[in-house]
Amino acid sequence: MNALTGGNYTTADGRKIGNTMMEMKNITLRFGGVVAIKDISFDINEGEIRAIIGPNGAGKSSMLNVISGFYNPQEGEVWFHGKKRPQMRPYQVARQGIARTFQNIALFEGMSVLDNVMTGRLTHMKSGMLSQMIWKGKAEKEETENREVVEKVIDFLEIQAIRKTPVGRLPYGLKKRVELARALAAEPKLLLLDEPMAGMNVEEKEDMSRFILDVNDEFGTTIALIEHDMGVVMDLSDRVVVMDYGKKIGDGTPDEVRNNQEVIDAYLGVAHD
Amino acid sequence: MPEQFLFAMEVILNGLMAGVLYALVALGFVLIFKASGIFNYAQGVMALFAALTLVGIMDGQIPFSHIINAIFGTELHHFGWHVPALLAIILTAGVMVVFAWLVQRYIFRHLVNQEPIILFMATIGLAYFLEGVGDLMWGSDIKKLDVGLPQGINDWIDVTTFEAFGYGFFIDNLDISATIVAVFLVAALIMFSQYTKQGRALRAVADDHQAALSVGISLNFIWVLVWSIAGFVALVAGIMWGAKSGVQFSLSLIALKALPVLMLGGFTSIPGAIVGGLIIGVGEKLFEFLIGPMVGGATENWFAYVLALLFLVFRPQGLFGEKIIERV
Repeated sequence: MNALTGGNYTTADGRKIGNTMMEMKNITLRFGGVVAIKDISFDINEGEIRAIIGPNGAGKSSMLNVISGFYNPQEGEVWFHGKKRPQMRPYQVARQGIARTFQNIALFEGMSVLDNVMTGRLTHMKSGMLSQMIWKGKAEKEETENREVVEKVIDFLEIQAIRKTPVGRLPYGLKKRVELARALAAEPKLLLLDEPMAGMNVEEKEDMSRFILDVNDEFGTTIALIEHDMGVVMDLSDRVVVMDYGKKIGDGTPDEVRNNQEVIDAYLGVAHD
Repeated sequence: MPEQFLFAMEVILNGLMAGVLYALVALGFVLIFKASGIFNYAQGVMALFAALTLVGIMDGQIPFSHIINAIFGTELHHFGWHVPALLAIILTAGVMVVFAWLVQRYIFRHLVNQEPIILFMATIGLAYFLEGVGDLMWGSDIKKLDVGLPQGINDWIDVTTFEAFGYGFFIDNLDISATIVAVFLVAALIMFSQYTKQGRALRAVADDHQAALSVGISLNFIWVLVWSIAGFVALVAGIMWGAKSGVQFSLSLIALKALPVLMLGGFTSIPGAIVGGLIIGVGEKLFEFLIGPMVGGATENWFAYVLALLFLVFRPQGLFGEKIIERV
């Protein structure tokens, strides 16, 4: 636990951080005999950029998969908006307003960029099947609204030029951006990013960092992200959880974490005698 | 106009209409393949089963009456009532939805993330199982199916063409209604897949399961939906084929004709299934008419397969299939 647990503080750059949105309590996740996550607790505050870092194999992605419902932990509780969350399937979690991206990009390769981003709106479509087919009544209004959100997101992420291109033809960096666009189109309360900068060059990393900050700033979206590149994370995030071998070894502001001896040991290695 | 040319015209028209029926069966395949990557060998049997059920319900037949009679020594066969065609079709559609749910719940839910070949094998098993169930439920005799569609030669076309060209075209009314029904069905399917939320979700699931889950799509729901639609398409195909040639177990073999149709049209394209069906329909009729006499006839048995083979060699993704792009 650290000074900022419980939320309700103002950051150095003047953003207001709200109450606790999500709380992970004593999460343990096992695959057969392998313990991927061991008794980890941490919280995410509203409006915050929260990072989970750690060396390869630390269990970061597993943690993100627990939050998004892809894995169900054997022990521990997930609390969301002050309520204990029952065991959920990933699509149910998505409908609660938690959107995510994947480490190895999961896009609809055969569809255009626009259609991909449009699927992000699926949870917001409520009109009947028949009225959607004939494009009348409630469906027409809804479609227009959804289009507006999608166009806004596309503008925001500067992918107008490729909106009609099939995603399968895009280079890696742009695919990552389209995936972010799809997640944003859902207007999520909580956005989960699994290594958003993996495999990018310096310039692309800078672009992505800017987008993440802008998303948080303009839409007020709470963001939890995973990275193993320490440098990037420290500049971006308000608070950082550090994991190593499935355990939490640090939690706090970037400065606190940077000076934590355990964290330094995990990253740089330590002499065993 | 020369007699020969007019006769060829008539052959082409009839070929188009036969093609519509091929396309109807092929459509069912495409729908399931698109959404779940499963090549559903049972599609033809589903059409047969739907047609059997429809006839059974209309005639008030008691399902499983053979077994009941054998066990209890009774002589039950019919409830003694007749159900109107429209109501019977709705009830049969209901049966197909239940079937879709059962298939998803008890077969494919347990085979998620398996190799395509394993899923394919499962559908072969399903085909034989369903054929057996159909036999047990409704008996194996050939049944007449009459849902009130017009039958026989269309007199108006016959007379008009005779007056215009001095040669009357023989077009079956049933083929005309099949064409009209197919057009509506395809239009509805295309609107469904392009404009509705479920249609979008369906395309998304077909493309990437993980990504679909992450945008809030329930895979189970989509698969049940797809199998229901495929069941409904099977019902329509079953009605048309059943009305044309009686409901009999050889109906499940027409499914094999859908294979060359799919190779032509591409396994993932709804318009492809239509165009493929039409090409096969016209092609085999015309080939039989022009070349048939030179090689001793019966070319309809193999023409479609040879055409499909040529396509496999020169254009493996079919006419409308998605071109396989591989980034390196």
